[in-house]
Amino acid sequence: MNHDAYDDNYIRAILNSVKSIAMVGASPVNVRPSYFAFKYLAQRGYDMIPVNPGHVGKSLLGKPFVASLADIDRPIDMIDIFRNSSHIMPVVDEALKLSPLPKVIWMQLGARDDAAAEKAEAAGIKVVMNRCPKIEYGRLSSEISWMGVNSRTLSSKRAPIPTQGMRLSLNRMSVGGGETAASDRAAKNKSEP
Amino acid sequence: MTDRHPGFSTLAVHAGAQPDPTTGARATPIYQTTSFVFNDADHAASLFGLQAFGNIYTRIGNPTNAVLEERVAALEGGTAALAVASGHAAQVVVFQQLLMPGDEIIAARKLYGGSINQFTHAFKSFGWNVAWADSDDVASFERAVTPHTKAIFIESIANPSGSITDIEAIAAVARKAGVPLIVDNTLATPYLIRPIDHGADIVVHSLTKFLGGHGNSLGGIIVDAGTFDWSKDNKYPMLSEPRPEYHGIKLQETFGNFAFAIACRVLGLRDLGPALSPFNAFMILTGIETLPLRMQKHCENAKAVAEFLAGHPKVAAVNYAGLASDRYNNLARKYAPKGAGAVFTFSLKDGYDAGVNLVSNLKLFSHLANVGDTRSLVIHPASTTHSQLDDAAKVKSGAAPDVVRLSIGIEDKEDLIADLEQALTA
Ligand SMILES: Cc1ncc(COP(=O)(O)O)c(C=O)c1O
Repeated sequence: MNHDAYDDNYIRAILNSVKSIAMVGASPVNVRPSYFAFKYLAQRGYDMIPVNPGHVGKSLLGKPFVASLADIDRPIDMIDIFRNSSHIMPVVDEALKLSPLPKVIWMQLGARDDAAAEKAEAAGIKVVMNRCPKIEYGRLSSEISWMGVNSRTLSSKRAPIPTQGMRLSLNRMSVGGGETAASDRAAKNKSEP
Repeated sequence: MTDRHPGFSTLAVHAGAQPDPTTGARATPIYQTTSFVFNDADHAASLFGLQAFGNIYTRIGNPTNAVLEERVAALEGGTAALAVASGHAAQVVVFQQLLMPGDEIIAARKLYGGSINQFTHAFKSFGWNVAWADSDDVASFERAVTPHTKAIFIESIANPSGSITDIEAIAAVARKAGVPLIVDNTLATPYLIRPIDHGADIVVHSLTKFLGGHGNSLGGIIVDAGTFDWSKDNKYPMLSEPRPEYHGIKLQETFGNFAFAIACRVLGLRDLGPALSPFNAFMILTGIETLPLRMQKHCENAKAVAEFLAGHPKVAAVNYAGLASDRYNNLARKYAPKGAGAVFTFSLKDGYDAGVNLVSNLKLFSHLANVGDTRSLVIHPASTTHSQLDDAAKVKSGAAPDVVRLSIGIEDKEDLIADLEQALTA
């Protein structure tokens, strides 16, 4: 599995199939990226569960915080980890003790731990690293196009009018999957010395 | 199902656009409105807090303009774009995100005269300094780097000289200095050159020229390549630090590889105000649909006219990178294999006066201060676009007193050549 770039179909299949998402490191502070993503994904119809031991007893947009993954009372499809790369492995270890196992482990923009990814993949779990599910959902549905962002997708179908709780179609024609975009190529060149 | 990769012409027609949600209108509607209603108080707060995607007020974003933004981002291979009122507005907005008083940029001397003025005079009052370098001498960029340098600025094909810049070589200097490379790609358009493929971090355009292409609408755009790490050494606090105007949001942390475009929108456009009219966005979008076809014709005509002038007894020199004899021909073959653009200069053996006569004798070429129109255009830069420069700077910028600039249109080339022939012999 190449974790430098993902085919749009890989991301699309994940976002189309998962229903419940546990967000580890969710913050109640409304300018933090995790809050943005939590709110957006809840509004797009995902069953969101905030995981943060520091906020147990409180709730995030009406959803009660839990201290750890083990405290969740129902199967979870995806774990979205809002922690630095150095804090990924313990979360993955905890996830691997769940029954049933989650289908997807997603690490937030900026977070990457290849060893943890390998471990999860060995257990049959799909892994995404260094991406934001809010941005990917907004991109594949082209909702993000309102911000002038290149969705890298095309469609000749009438656009939906997004409303609260509505799931948007992610099945647009892709323009070159992440890995062939010039900017990704250029970014790779840049990180070479 | 595997991803298909549509070609440039498909993107030029489709990227960013889709049938209107309410009416099914297939052409992109002109959303001629200042403002957009909110669903409820929470939606309003989410939009203002940058938590949700959507429209608030046309100074910050507009659905017609958003189609233009995504289309140009797609054509350039960038992550996002921001359309603004003019090419000059694009430059101010870009530098507002990068520079604090006392900071410096390095700019190529071969630039559009208006950009030289903007950097030299307008930027001075913001406390932004410019160091000039020679696009033909990469080492001159390296020598100009100081601890205050925050960016390097070049044109891919320079106005008026038509010379081609070695983007990759200058990108390497920028990378070493840890600063972004900004490329003004106005004269090339992404059809001829895609600077991001060659290491640019930010691309700017005057949409007024070939992208709009019909000489009817001002516009500018900023494309974020998504390649620069703004948080590496705290040199770019607009992107890396908590923003007080948004209650402490850090833009790069929140928006990742399109944070620069967001900064330009929510800190630049929002506060400086040079919004593009949705009507102009519509005109420019319509122009972009035929960009590939027009650029082919522009380049074919320009080459034919340049060849004609090069063989004319009254012409002293033709500077067109598409000619095999031109000093920039190797760079043109590398960076612009589909054509060397359609703006170039030439000089007459009888000097300044002969140039002035030629301009007044032309019947089909229009004498005006623009380039990149369907119509062929002519101007004498030394007395107009570059008149504020002193003589030495005129020569260095490619606008010596005896030089005439042409912007070749998409008319029949035989008619353009005939017009030049009669004007040269009149
Ligand atoms: C290369 C180049 N950059 C920028 C500009 C400025 O663009 P605008 O006139 O749209 O502000 C021009 C205009 O002539 C130009 O030729």
